Amino acid sequence: MTTVPRTYNGAESAAGPLIYLRHTPNVAVGEWVAIEHAGTPARRGQVIDAGNEITVVQVLEETIGLSPAAARVTLTGDVASVIVGRELLGRTFNGMGQPLDGLPAPIGDALRPIWAPPLNPVRRARPADFIETGVSAIDGMNTLVRGQKLPVFSGPGLPALDLAADIVEGARAPHGEPFAVVFAGIGITARETQAFLERFQRSGAAERAVLYLNEARDPTIERLLAPRVALAQAEFLAFEAGMQVLVVIADMAHYCEALREIATAREEIPGRRGYPGYMYTDLASIYERAGIIVGRPGSVTQIPIITMPDDDISHPIPDLTGYITEGQIVLSRELHRRGVFPPVDVLPSLSRLMNAGIGGGKTVPEHREWSDQIYAVYARGREARLMAAIVGEAGLAESDRRALAFAQTFEDEFVGQTGRRTLGETIQTGWRLLETLPREDLGRLSDATWQQRERGLASAPTHHAPRTE
Amino acid sequence: MSAARIVRVSGALAEATGAAGASLYELVKVGKRGLLGEVIRITGDRITIQIYEDTTGLRVGESVALTGAALTVTLGPGLLGSVVDGVGRPLPHIAEQSGDFIQPGIAADTLDAVRRWRFTPAVRIGDPVAAGNVIGTVPERPGIEHRIMVSPTMSGRIASISAGEFTIRDTIGTLEDGTPLHLAEPWPVRQPRPAEARVPAERPFITGQRIFDFLFPVAEGGSVAVPGGFGTGKTVIEQSLAKFAEADIVVYIGCGERGNEMAEVLNEFPRLLDPHTGRSIMDRSVLVVNTSNMPVAAREASVYLGVTVAEYYRDMGYRVAVMADSLSRWGEALREIAARLQEMPGEEGYPTYLGNRLAKFYERAGRIRALGKPERFGSLTLISAVSPPGGDFSEPVTQASLRVAGALWALDASLAHQRQFPAVDWETSYSLHGGVTSRWFASHVGADWPELRRATLELLQQERDLREIAGLIGPDALQDPDRLLLESARLLRETVLGQSAYDPHDAHSPVEKTYRLASLARAAYQVGLKSLQRGVPFERLDLAPVSRALGLVRRAPPAEVDARAAEAETAIRALETVEAGP
Repeated sequence: MTTVPRTYNGAESAAGPLIYLRHTPNVAVGEWVAIEHAGTPARRGQVIDAGNEITVVQVLEETIGLSPAAARVTLTGDVASVIVGRELLGRTFNGMGQPLDGLPAPIGDALRPIWAPPLNPVRRARPADFIETGVSAIDGMNTLVRGQKLPVFSGPGLPALDLAADIVEGARAPHGEPFAVVFAGIGITARETQAFLERFQRSGAAERAVLYLNEARDPTIERLLAPRVALAQAEFLAFEAGMQVLVVIADMAHYCEALREIATAREEIPGRRGYPGYMYTDLASIYERAGIIVGRPGSVTQIPIITMPDDDISHPIPDLTGYITEGQIVLSRELHRRGVFPPVDVLPSLSRLMNAGIGGGKTVPEHREWSDQIYAVYARGREARLMAAIVGEAGLAESDRRALAFAQTFEDEFVGQTGRRTLGETIQTGWRLLETLPREDLGRLSDATWQQRERGLASAPTHHAPRTE
Repeated sequence: MSAARIVRVSGALAEATGAAGASLYELVKVGKRGLLGEVIRITGDRITIQIYEDTTGLRVGESVALTGAALTVTLGPGLLGSVVDGVGRPLPHIAEQSGDFIQPGIAADTLDAVRRWRFTPAVRIGDPVAAGNVIGTVPERPGIEHRIMVSPTMSGRIASISAGEFTIRDTIGTLEDGTPLHLAEPWPVRQPRPAEARVPAERPFITGQRIFDFLFPVAEGGSVAVPGGFGTGKTVIEQSLAKFAEADIVVYIGCGERGNEMAEVLNEFPRLLDPHTGRSIMDRSVLVVNTSNMPVAAREASVYLGVTVAEYYRDMGYRVAVMADSLSRWGEALREIAARLQEMPGEEGYPTYLGNRLAKFYERAGRIRALGKPERFGSLTLISAVSPPGGDFSEPVTQASLRVAGALWALDASLAHQRQFPAVDWETSYSLHGGVTSRWFASHVGADWPELRRATLELLQQERDLREIAGLIGPDALQDPDRLLLESARLLRETVLGQSAYDPHDAHSPVEKTYRLASLARAAYQVGLKSLQRGVPFERLDLAPVSRALGLVRRAPPAEVDARAAEAETAIRALETVEAGP
């Protein structure tokens, strides 16, 4: 859409993150804007409402001290775009893609629009490749598949970022393909950033990672940009450089708040809890950028982190997210209090693409049965735990008492883990727990699987993920 | 050519002035790239346009061209097996022109204009033809004869007609007044296709899913709302129905849903066989795909496009099923556009006409006698998924759906957490088609079907009441008949109502198998009760072998169902002969 830049002296008015311009012929919606103001570096913005009479620009940086009459506003004639490339690996940028690591701005391989067009559904390849994360509650019970978007639903104070860091460090591509991590920190605290960075540097993961950081103290509106800048880079690495890319976005709750702030500033009619009515569509334009393209080697897998306000899974942010993503990993405050790490609550967690990524040739042939059986006994144990609170453990039926004991051990020894576990170790741990139960409690296992297990044949994984680090 | 120019662009909306003569819902081409849009408001010579494509880069001052026609879809041979976006552009063609990502401004016709179809006339020169008359046929797909009908706006006498190979653009004949006849006709998607008369439903829409066919059956030509929070399995249900339901034609509308799910559908459908005809299910399917990240205005249009295609096949005399996943995303698109128009919002920000628009959409379902000759009866059954925020059914889209839908299949998150699939809550679900469907099942499957259904619903109700008590006093403190009831209900839930969408022989359950399983589960309960009356204590009644046997019936391939059912009967008879004392 390139046309010549046009500069206007003085804007009509300003309110919060928005400035209003008068009489701007040829202005395009989505056009990138530079706002200069005496004594401050140029701020960037974007046209969100293009009009002959009034044009609305959303300023992506702090607007404190901005006087509309004194501002020089340039419509650049371009859409928002960002430099992407292989050489960005190992580097750190802000939410708009400017270097934070003291090195010069990259030259990159290409310039890409930040707001990308949608992937044609007929060009999508069906995700079906297992990713070993090293976390039993995920690998065994809610398997992550390449090209999937699987969010972590967390609560304030729960170790979602630690889990994300574990996944980033522990993830193995099934056949040792080139692998990269793109991290978008949105509105996270300096402490969280620090902790995350340190772990990255220690483990050596930093070299194959690109970080985009918009911290809590950074401009709010930049948060709308950060995940898209990160995804533009991820898409380049995946679809042009042929890498398997894992994108971690923390925290989407902060993103949604920025979205609400803009909507309020524009005096839009609010939807649920003040969030704009188009939040579903807007979130989809981020989450749907996970995937695989027919005929191209790479993939984009997303792990967005969402801190649920007041641990409420029906809050609009996790709710709309859950409708778009392919499942969710839910963290439990109760497990966290008991010191179980990672505190994954297996019952409400779900990976919708699990079936495509497990079974013979991918994980182990009996994976589905094995995980259904563990799930069933654990669910029964959790129900028994509730009942025991009322009638006492002694009032429970024999099989319920066994399920209750299983639930306890399962949480401590299967969900809880101290180091990375291979898939084989995860499956073995599960079998060890199941074997404590009599055969009659294991109705989900076919006789064939059970006998195979007893002969020690079933649990050998059909492949071992190579270590790539 | 009008001199209309854009004066404002905001999201999916643009305003233009100088557009005198525009009419409401007229299709327009916007800007240099010719983005497709629709006029939704006119004030003097100023028009407001909703644009079906991404507007990024659209400039104030660019021109707008009026087309003089409404948003239409070309109806004709070649629709079956196609995959189109919300405004009817085939996605594979878009991919050929713009690559892996969808760029705005691509023109692509719904139907292949080059392909030749073998047309066999059914009328002769001099025959009078009225609106809707079948004038000939085209073999569209194996087993599907495409009936070429006179447009509902036309009538006259045949002046010429020829057999042979034609494209959809060729003239296949003329009427005496000179009107040319074609294999295809354009139809405005927002306008329902007319029929001679609505006629009462005669038979159930057989889904192949036990809980629906048995407990909450819908009649052919009925409509169902399927609300459920995320993770309750709406999409799996919609897909299972699209695959296995007894219908001649299936239109699947992926409205604002996940891209990877559509990839799965596109990957799986061509390889699956219709259990009733043995042919690829793609041969009977039309897929309308507008995923959540595709433009929101096209999402609004997609449901109308899909249902118009369905009506067209209905008019040929086919039994058509429409799966819409999900109407909530359609409602949100409506809300988003209304908000940009700064309309006064109704409940939860939805426009006040949400209920009306939804009702009109649901009412496009029905069984009809088609216009013209020969006499044809067609039906359009509508299954709409609804995605209530937070799983709360009191929200506007669910409530507006319930006012008009003929059945409710309510999905429940706690059942889904227990891995009870389909996670249909039997307490809140209902069907208003009980009468006609019960009569059909009683005369075609088993005379005691209605009684079996009533008894099953009663058992489930009693179970829920008892579980509340058991939760307070512990299950061991219950009376023996109550404990048997709990166990029998569990058996029923696990083996009859539960169904695996992933098991090759369980994914689709013919009604005979459904009836078989329900009868066996009922028999187990009754035999158990008799034994208790003989004085056998509950502890001595082992239902586990019955449960295993029923599980085998469930997963048995069609040829083995009889043998497995006989084994289950043996297991049930064993309950009859349990000794009372030690």
